[in-house]
Amino acid sequence: MNTVLVILALATLGTAAVAMSLRNLLHSVLLLTATWAGVAAFYLWAGAEFVAFAQLLVYVGAISMAVLFAVLLTRHSRDDVAAPPAARSRGVYAAAAGAAVAGVLLAAVSLAPLATAPARAPAVSVRQLGGELMGAHAASLLAVAVLLTVALVGAVVLAAGGPPEKPGDTP
Amino acid sequence: MRLLATTDSSLLERAPVLLRDALSGLLPPPARWTANALIEIVAILAVFGTLFAFLTLAERKILGRVQNRPGPNRTGWFGLLQPFADGIKMLTKEDIVPHAADPVLHYLAPVALIAFSLLTFSVIPYGRDLLAVRMDASVLFFFAAGSATELSVFMAGWSSHNKYSLFAAMRALAQLISYELPLLLSVVPVVLAAGTLSTAGVVAAQSGWKWGLVPHWHVFTPWGAAGFAIFMVSALAESNRSPFDLPEAESELIAGHLTEYSGFKYALFFMAEYFGMCALSGMAVTLFLGGWQAPLPALEFVPSYAWFALKLLALIAGFMWVRATLPRLRIDQLTRLAWKFLVPLALINLGTAAFWSLTYPWGGSLQLLRWAVALALVMGPFLLLGRRLSAGLGARTYRYA
Amino acid sequence: MSPLQLCLAFSSLLFAVGLTGALARSNSILVLLGLELMLTAGSVNFIAFWRFGPPASPATGVVFAIFAIAVAAAETAVGLALVIAVYRHQRNIRLPEANRLKG
Repeated sequence: MNTVLVILALATLGTAAVAMSLRNLLHSVLLLTATWAGVAAFYLWAGAEFVAFAQLLVYVGAISMAVLFAVLLTRHSRDDVAAPPAARSRGVYAAAAGAAVAGVLLAAVSLAPLATAPARAPAVSVRQLGGELMGAHAASLLAVAVLLTVALVGAVVLAAGGPPEKPGDTP
Repeated sequence: MRLLATTDSSLLERAPVLLRDALSGLLPPPARWTANALIEIVAILAVFGTLFAFLTLAERKILGRVQNRPGPNRTGWFGLLQPFADGIKMLTKEDIVPHAADPVLHYLAPVALIAFSLLTFSVIPYGRDLLAVRMDASVLFFFAAGSATELSVFMAGWSSHNKYSLFAAMRALAQLISYELPLLLSVVPVVLAAGTLSTAGVVAAQSGWKWGLVPHWHVFTPWGAAGFAIFMVSALAESNRSPFDLPEAESELIAGHLTEYSGFKYALFFMAEYFGMCALSGMAVTLFLGGWQAPLPALEFVPSYAWFALKLLALIAGFMWVRATLPRLRIDQLTRLAWKFLVPLALINLGTAAFWSLTYPWGGSLQLLRWAVALALVMGPFLLLGRRLSAGLGARTYRYA
Repeated sequence: MSPLQLCLAFSSLLFAVGLTGALARSNSILVLLGLELMLTAGSVNFIAFWRFGPPASPATGVVFAIFAIAVAAAETAVGLALVIAVYRHQRNIRLPEANRLKG
């Protein structure tokens, strides 16, 4: 059981790391889609079927497409998708910060007295989940709905606002 | 009811399952589960592969009939061998990859497309006992797997390094994001009414007949009819079929994302289009047309998978008829149809479905009121929004012509 | 290591990768994607504790993960809108050049 998890985790982390270091922006986004699919596979492995499919639908089906669209909208020419590398020092500092955070978190995880695992996954059907969402968590559901609406309206205002472009301004 | 009990166990009904068990029974018990799964995969591949071959022929024949020409009729009897001739042609053609193309993505796009469109077949109940994967959230799985196919269309268009393909990729993204929304929103009322996300549960919720005559299919309720219409229009767009085939509009973009594909890779795209059409039609049958259920109690002796196949073929014939009849939309009309017409209608339809299930216990004359209110909720917004939608579609004035 | 610790190690590393990416890259879309990765690592933790942690209410972790996915979607929408607004303003999306408060 643990071998499956280790393989999944290594594949997911590998795609994420490569995606973050690639020059070509579109390749990065497509590889990150694989990362998100790997996380969905992890949810499936853990027995959270609904979350896995929701993750696939939202990340692979919607977020990745929106990001790809943004990549295509914000470039001058076809070769513009190759993001220029940042300064070397910046990369070194970033790697140091990432390594430090990973070290602290890993040390905490391995030293913490964590409770042992139950043998079986807590059985939760979709119907039960729906009841929980509309019952005990109804207020948070409402808050998330308001947040999504506000975010959507805000995004439209941000992206569509601004003065009309001058004809000669387009690249 | 007695009739149902006798036909329930008819040999013809159980024949596919019996055949599978007989085949896997030859193996030792530990291998049986794997063998069963493999047999189911092979069966789905074989059935839909053959269906694909003959659907291409049927489409060409139907298009020919509508356009007053014979269609393919030279290869074999009535052109019946045409799909096999096409297959041999596709397989033996040279596979050309443009020099400037992104080689990995160019190769990966058709493979990912066909893989994800095949995944969607696993959760459709083809008959009383014919369902490959039983899951609690299978409706969600269907749309999650289906949404991944859109990514491959983009990959194909971008990796080809061709301006027409790139246009197609942009159009495909815009179109598929726009129509994903009404597609999903038209399914939500069904989930609400059936109270389950599993395809088998949705079919079970549509069993039985009112007065022994009208089946309890969702399409025979006001919200179900509206939802079915929205679902089919969005399905047309999601499977890139005419009149929504803008990504591959041959009159303006050559073949869009398919321009730089040849040989077997092109055949894979072609296959995936038909698979997508079959899967979405199968889902429409499952969600709105009662799945494998017979339309009349007296017709229950016909095996359930035959009913499913019949409904599926009817919907696919509808797809072909639409393709032969309607002209292609412009890209702005396409997105306007989705955002200003289908999405609001689908949202209102959700309200109608909620009203319908809340008023379930109403009886007698209140039932008439229930129908009247639900019909008004469906027709009113349709007429109002439809008038706004067609307001700007008068005769065009060409300023520079 | 117990499964719970493995899951937590996985999410910590995912978080670190996201953090490194967000700090190292100057392209704003990649920074946004790094933030997304960090958020995903958070929901991985919810599921890990739901599955292997001390038994609580059976659905709480799943509900939290669903909310996290919804919030991530909202975050991306606003983030991409900001990227497009920045692009309209300065004709590229490199973050180091977006250092003016006034247009």
